[in-house]
Amino acid sequence: MERLIDISLLGFLAATAVGMLRLRNLFAVVMLSGMYSLLSAGLFVVLDAVDVAFTEAAVGAGITTVLMLGTLALTTSEEKAKVEKTTPALLVVAITGITLIYSTLDMPAFGDPAAPIHQHVAPRYLEKTPAETGVPNVVTAVLASYRGYDTLGETTVIFTAGLGVLILLGTARRSDKTTP
Amino acid sequence: MTHHPVLRVIAKLMIPLILLFAFYVQFHGDFGPGGGFQAGVIFGAGLILYGLIFGVETAARVVPAWLLQGGVALGVLLYGGVGVAGLLLGGNYLDYGVLLHDPVHGQHLGISLVELGVFITVSSVMTTIFFAFAGRES
Repeated sequence: MERLIDISLLGFLAATAVGMLRLRNLFAVVMLSGMYSLLSAGLFVVLDAVDVAFTEAAVGAGITTVLMLGTLALTTSEEKAKVEKTTPALLVVAITGITLIYSTLDMPAFGDPAAPIHQHVAPRYLEKTPAETGVPNVVTAVLASYRGYDTLGETTVIFTAGLGVLILLGTARRSDKTTP
Repeated sequence: MTHHPVLRVIAKLMIPLILLFAFYVQFHGDFGPGGGFQAGVIFGAGLILYGLIFGVETAARVVPAWLLQGGVALGVLLYGGVGVAGLLLGGNYLDYGVLLHDPVHGQHLGISLVELGVFITVSSVMTTIFFAFAGRES
């Protein structure tokens, strides 16, 4: 059953990606990219990564779609037709893809308890989190406490993104207001 | 968007639920999936929906620009401040165990404060970015 869900989700993902490549109407492309995010969120749920799925659904399918639509409203919703040789690009993409797929063959099987990721600090987190932090959700404890530095870095990245957008786009509105 | 009664009515029904759900995700992050980042995004999405339906001008009266821009910085400041508080109380940077007498309670408090910081910054940044894009149109 799970395999069936996997196959159909991945099939839809591939179909969405091909659709995005072939369409020239950017409005439809943005909508398809939202669908792509929602489908990946479904895949993350199948992989038992609900926290990641949550973020993907909210950011990828929600906010990004709205921001992309905002960008389309400022620019144009039709892609300019390009007549270029795409064979070298296709070759590079194909070689990279084949290399990536080849390298996955070396990875441990999904959920394998002997995988290196489950041998390092993960067992300690799982054992000690309730006693050390009193937080039942290990993901939250790891994010906010054990890996607090990383989350501080991520928050700073978001802060910087907001700052960048304000500097680039926020000034026009402010100057409109100050000049009567 | 002002001429769409269906959208307006549905949005009025949905927005309080979306904001409430954001707080649920925030405070339930200790027990289930979710946390400051997801809650911030959902809260920001609620505000963005309000801006989409009722116009950026109306939304800017609900959450003025100074409040959002303050929030962008305040969240990171709170996060870093919790770390500095740990330093001042004799621990390492971002070591929450020293915040309260009981290390477990200190950890809990630190995680809550840090998640609140993430929530404030993420929700403010998401809304700010949308307002910056949408305010440009008019």
